[in-house]
Amino acid sequence: MIEVNNIKKSFDGVEILKGISTTFDKGKTNLIIGQSGSGKTVFLKSLLGLFTPEEGTIAFDGKIYASLSVKEKRALRTEIGMVFQGSALFDSMTVEENVMFPLRMFSNQAVSEMKDRVDLALKRVNLVDAHHKFPAETSGGMQKRVAIARAIVMNPKYLFCDEPNSGLDPKTAIVIDNLIQEITDEYNITTVINTHDMNSVMEIGEKIVFLKNGHKAWEGTNKEIFKTDNESVTDFVYSSDLFKKVREVYLKELG
Amino acid sequence: MIYLENIGRYFLMLKSVFSKMTKWSMLRNLIFKEIDDLIIGSMGIVCFISFFVGGVVAIQTALNINNPLIPKYLVGFATRQSVILEFAPTFISIIMAGKVGSFITSSIGTMRVTEQIDALEVMGVNSLNYLVFPKIVALTLYPFVIAISMFLGIVGGWIASIYGGFSSSADFIQGLQIEFIPFHVTYAFCKTLIFAFVLATIPSFYGYYMKGGALEVGKASTTSFVWTSVVIILLNYIITQLLLT
Repeated sequence: MIEVNNIKKSFDGVEILKGISTTFDKGKTNLIIGQSGSGKTVFLKSLLGLFTPEEGTIAFDGKIYASLSVKEKRALRTEIGMVFQGSALFDSMTVEENVMFPLRMFSNQAVSEMKDRVDLALKRVNLVDAHHKFPAETSGGMQKRVAIARAIVMNPKYLFCDEPNSGLDPKTAIVIDNLIQEITDEYNITTVINTHDMNSVMEIGEKIVFLKNGHKAWEGTNKEIFKTDNESVTDFVYSSDLFKKVREVYLKELG
Repeated sequence: MIYLENIGRYFLMLKSVFSKMTKWSMLRNLIFKEIDDLIIGSMGIVCFISFFVGGVVAIQTALNINNPLIPKYLVGFATRQSVILEFAPTFISIIMAGKVGSFITSSIGTMRVTEQIDALEVMGVNSLNYLVFPKIVALTLYPFVIAISMFLGIVGGWIASIYGGFSSSADFIQGLQIEFIPFHVTYAFCKTLIFAFVLATIPSFYGYYMKGGALEVGKASTTSFVWTSVVIILLNYIITQLLLT
């Protein structure tokens, strides 16, 4: 579980995060949604320790990140898996080497053991024939799968995904969403996804945190988001006619 | 003010480069890769330029000594002095600032733009050590490149003198040997090592701290070339003042 308590972050005097508090539960897919410029990426990068908040605390299973020693922070980082928006695969390495990278960096396993774990991770994301391809030789969807495989190869406790569906066709996007949810359930990890993909919100949003102008404007589940009368949320989520109709149908079904 | 800020950040970057070392098994592969990219990959252009510039130095010297009282061996002497003292260590370093420096800036800058550096940091890797330290180690071989450049520059001058009819082989070789001060070679290699450090770190600094997209990678490469050249020229002056006067 990740507990966020009143974090604030500014850049060049402009306050981007204005005191956000929330919790991300273990074994659930937690979504951060909001318009562009709402502070989603800064929030996610603050959770990852890439930005240091000026105020507030972030606790991973009770351990406050800012008060950990360098060694403890390093150990915690090996428990974190991250899927970046553009996949962030290392161009000069093959798919296999990319997935093996964290193992080579942080474990003392024999190469054969590492290869076995890489095989397992790649199999888990349904990529079995891509070991020797370079990232440039693979499609966007495959790159996302490789990034997910790299993120889970160390058996992380926390999985962060920044816009995992961006640039993917709707079918592949659903496959990636399902894959993330399956992995979350299977490994019982805390997954935090930064997205503005409404399909993801409806399908896998077990907990949704809606950000607006650096504030947490709403939080709830994908069931509750249909019923909410919070104007900021409804303006954002049901901005298209299609989703308005989906909402109407859903509410009718509920009676 | 921004210059002072950058100088401060540069030294803080150096501190991080030498802290929290990457696992040796990974580092070793990275160093070999950097030697291939930065040293072996630069040999062609360095050899080509050295040979022909050495030839041009000899021809220019020969064409500018019309006085019959000036001995013919001066062509060899002037070529040796020019090549060893300035051309090989300094001129080649400026070329390397363009060749190797822009490669370093653009490769690290692209990693920054595509979030590969963030990926390293999230995994708990000291990205500065991982990216910059192998380049510094690889460029400790830079004096070998300069030694080859010195040799080829002199060979170029020798061939140009003989085949251009400016000097005999014996005169040229006499010029190479006359009043040879071994410390000049030491001086050249000392500054070469310092330039190697500059070549590895300043372009890395501009790549690592760049912000923006593909266009900014190009701008960062240009800025890195300018500042690497400026620092090399300034250090050249300071080292020369300290070691040769």
